[in-house]
Amino acid sequence: MKDEVTREERVDNLKGMGCSRKRVEDARFTQGKGNYVDDVKLDGMLFGDFVRSPYAHARIKSIDTAAALEVPGVLAVLTAADLEPLGLHWMPTLAGDKQMVLADGKVLFQGQEVAFVVAEDRYAAADGIELVEVEYEELPVLVDPFEALKSDVVLREDTVDENGKATDGAHGPRKHPNHIFTWDAGDKEPTEEVIANADVVAEESMYYHRTHPCPLETCGCVASMDKVNGKLTLWGTFQAPHAIRTIVSLISGLEEHNIRVISPDIGGGFGNKVGAYPGYVCSVVASIVTGKPVKWIEDRMDNLMTTAFARDYWMKGKISATPEGKITGLHCHVTADHGGFDACADPTKFPAGFMNICTGSYDIPTAYLEVDGVYTNKAPGGVSYRCSFRVTEAVYFIERMIEVLAIKLDMDAAELRRINFIKKEQFPYTAALGWEYDSGDYHTAWDKALKAVDYDGLRAEQAQRVEDFKAGKTRKLMGIGLSFFTEIVGAGPVKNCDILGLGMFDSCEIRIHPTGSAIARLGTISQGQGHATTFAQILASEIGLPADSITIEEGDTDTAPYGLGTYGSRSTPVAGAATAMAGRKIRAKAQMIAAYLLEVHDDDVEFDVDRFVVKGAPEKFKTMKEIAFAAYNQAIPGIEPGLEAVSYYDPPNMTYPFGAYVCVMDIDVDTGVPDIRRFYALDDCGTRINPMIIEGQVHGGLTEALAVALGQEIAYDDMGNCKTGTLMDFFLPTAWEVPNYETDFTVTPSPHHPIGAKGVGESPHVGGVPCFSNAVQDAFRPFGNMHTNMPHDHWRIWKTANDLGLHG
Amino acid sequence: MIPAAFEYYRPKDMAGVLSILEEHGDDARVMAGGHSLIPMMKLRMADVPHLIDLQDVGGMSDIEISSDSIRIGALVTQAEIIDHADLAKVAPILREAALQIADPQVRYMGTVGGNVANGDPGNDMPGLMQCLDAVFTVVGADGERDIPARDFYEAAYMTAREDEEVLTAVTIPLPNGGYAYEKQKRKIGDYATAAAAVQIVKDGETCSSVAIAMTNLSDTPIYSEAAGAALIGTAVDAVALDAAVAAMLGDIDPSEDNRGPVAFKNHVAGVILRRAIERAWSRA
Repeated sequence: MKDEVTREERVDNLKGMGCSRKRVEDARFTQGKGNYVDDVKLDGMLFGDFVRSPYAHARIKSIDTAAALEVPGVLAVLTAADLEPLGLHWMPTLAGDKQMVLADGKVLFQGQEVAFVVAEDRYAAADGIELVEVEYEELPVLVDPFEALKSDVVLREDTVDENGKATDGAHGPRKHPNHIFTWDAGDKEPTEEVIANADVVAEESMYYHRTHPCPLETCGCVASMDKVNGKLTLWGTFQAPHAIRTIVSLISGLEEHNIRVISPDIGGGFGNKVGAYPGYVCSVVASIVTGKPVKWIEDRMDNLMTTAFARDYWMKGKISATPEGKITGLHCHVTADHGGFDACADPTKFPAGFMNICTGSYDIPTAYLEVDGVYTNKAPGGVSYRCSFRVTEAVYFIERMIEVLAIKLDMDAAELRRINFIKKEQFPYTAALGWEYDSGDYHTAWDKALKAVDYDGLRAEQAQRVEDFKAGKTRKLMGIGLSFFTEIVGAGPVKNCDILGLGMFDSCEIRIHPTGSAIARLGTISQGQGHATTFAQILASEIGLPADSITIEEGDTDTAPYGLGTYGSRSTPVAGAATAMAGRKIRAKAQMIAAYLLEVHDDDVEFDVDRFVVKGAPEKFKTMKEIAFAAYNQAIPGIEPGLEAVSYYDPPNMTYPFGAYVCVMDIDVDTGVPDIRRFYALDDCGTRINPMIIEGQVHGGLTEALAVALGQEIAYDDMGNCKTGTLMDFFLPTAWEVPNYETDFTVTPSPHHPIGAKGVGESPHVGGVPCFSNAVQDAFRPFGNMHTNMPHDHWRIWKTANDLGLHG
Repeated sequence: MIPAAFEYYRPKDMAGVLSILEEHGDDARVMAGGHSLIPMMKLRMADVPHLIDLQDVGGMSDIEISSDSIRIGALVTQAEIIDHADLAKVAPILREAALQIADPQVRYMGTVGGNVANGDPGNDMPGLMQCLDAVFTVVGADGERDIPARDFYEAAYMTAREDEEVLTAVTIPLPNGGYAYEKQKRKIGDYATAAAAVQIVKDGETCSSVAIAMTNLSDTPIYSEAAGAALIGTAVDAVALDAAVAAMLGDIDPSEDNRGPVAFKNHVAGVILRRAIERAWSRA
């Protein structure tokens, strides 16, 4: 048989790894044909919505639902009293704490769920909410975690025994009734000793403010209990549908096979949709009670004020070095404000996530980290907003400490980084706080980045600008923001990563159809990452069928294999690996079939792009398409019919993507308005599956980094009122506020990942936040600035200038 | 974000509007573009049992330019202001300001009448109209009356318009000289941290007349006659600018919000006014 297609064309036809294949999802999204949870419409569907607390801390004296029940269309009003007999008035959190589903005697944050009104439509539910009469007795409010640790006010009655003494929490003893846990890593005394005896020590306290992932689509669900067959179907905005199924089973007592969880299209998650929320529980209960499907959808204010926030870390650091700038030790203490319940979404053994990656990209011989979690009267959460668990906090901390140390040493911050980077030959590198970095080539990336932006030229320009400013020729300062980050993603190895006991492996199941197309199902769920595009590309390269002939399906627990979902950049490192491994199982069987068809021994054929060829005789081959047909339709001795495979992948290690970012910013000293002139981002995510999607991810992550660094916050007043509950005050950048981004890359494949990929969705956020912040801070360095807290909105930048005496 | 139930009316003429207003008093509100009122209703901060949509009432959608004035119907949208080539020639400050209001989608719906009538201190058009010495025409059961923009605003959301009256048009004397609308905001769609409208006339090397108004720096727009007086007869030099800024600061009364504390707002108000005057003067 003559083959008129060249090998190169055969490779191109697959649209496999490395191809900037267009996103297959976009055909429906750009035409408004996506199917989100609010698009789910079922016969007789009811709507539920919450009565929420106007107070941050109050005792509930009574709840009167009579008037609400009179509203036409209102069918039921659930309160904690209704949930208590079912044991559902509280629910477990992912962090080992528990959380009220509906206010059980008191409320702990503004916006807390107090009652659930179930009605025939949204309008009746909203009218019913207005008429539920709740009598509150206000209690003293604690919004400052440091005060909470000293206060006589006990926020949580379940944290003290009958004598008022603090009981043990999920992660050990409490220091105070409002204290949740202490978690540490590294060597305390040796670190303190190194720092005490060091030639140079820089210290800084920094607050990584509270913010929110704010996905464009808010959280929601539809619960439908079929009382005839006893099956519950739950559609929802779940980043981890299988975990939700198991949790629902554990807390409701329904057998897991009777629960089907479906995540339809999801409009962004960024960590906000990992946890379980009262709305899910109430919708399920309401559906069981009424026998009808019940929908709950947050509005924007609900989402910003009540579902999971991110950050709120008070970080205190000490970093020591030799006079030449070689870092000798790092000490970090964190006071973590978790709000009213500890509902962090971290692997359960890591109550501060992977904060112990805070030695960053540097060879720091001795380090110690201690984190204290604290309850306050704020909304619960503490999720990883577009990052692996607490990694934005860790990277911000170290990238600020490096800058502060550079000031102390009177040294260039780029050079200080260079002399402290972990060297290429040191990988795999075990950091002082325990993680084993799989691979890296930091010096190459750093040099490439600095050259690309003409770093020395920028510094010369900046020096001139300072001269001009001092001479009264300009009122604009110039900041050069640097950051070098190492992410830790792909949670994770089951030996140390689980969520409520669920191991953090992931999975892929492949079925090849007889005519040479395929469907693959995964335990992950895309929220915009483009899985249907990229996972098909991995498979195309592994099994030799075109990506366009491979359907990727996720999110339906009745059909998809068990997996822990999509967050913490884990999809490619874990499910992507499972996909490759399942593909290799397909290929192994295909090899046997090909050998039979070509009448040679198995070892005499080899895989070549889209076919198996007889070694040394490339004109003798069977394409994967032919092999697929034979697998189903030809009796082959000793081989079962069919061509399917499933792989469950337990990663041997995390992956460690890294990157080098530079931001150039002009700052109007008089108005506090920053203008981002240039942003250069070099990412090394190992093997690159789809360069176009990577670039899109980098743009998105940087934009969310810009938001967080320059204004995006969840702020409270002293009474615990949320001041940023709408998009008027919560900063969501638009095309207008976003600069042009220059992207670049190096490729350092992961040595333990089947295809060498490391994950990229969150890197730009992790590296971007300190880069934007460092640019602002760097502009003021010549005038004595050491550190100012984010968010760097206009008035805070103005205040920095004002405090430095720059307004004359 | 679900409003309470309300009756929706869409009368064909002003008589129909006025009769509904008369019947329901302050339980009724008229709506033009709806971009201020509907969000307030959704937040249940505005209780409007009777909502009167003005879209079908004719005669309020034109921009008419005569030899000495401009008449803008209340239903003219911000987008129409931006797109009107003749208007941009005779009163370019209107276009410059409208381009800084909200975002394109809002500007297709938001109207001049709604913007000036609502009395929201964050709105840009009230200060601009004070700068331009506009007159607002309102109509009620007793007929039409004219209210100068500089006398219209009493407090936040409180204006000289009676509940039973409808604002139908804005009339502006043809402006002279250089102009600038300068606005600092946190992001697209935001209200001003501080904004300044300046229209200035140059006679030889000196300023012969000027009008200055500030936005979102008090609970009403602030027409600062004193700031203007500090410039008249000067060459708009550094001393005069300082005096104008100082005079303006005496007139405004900003309050702290998420945009920043009072000291910051006062400082930025000064910077913004200074820039607005300099730009307007360079165009005069």
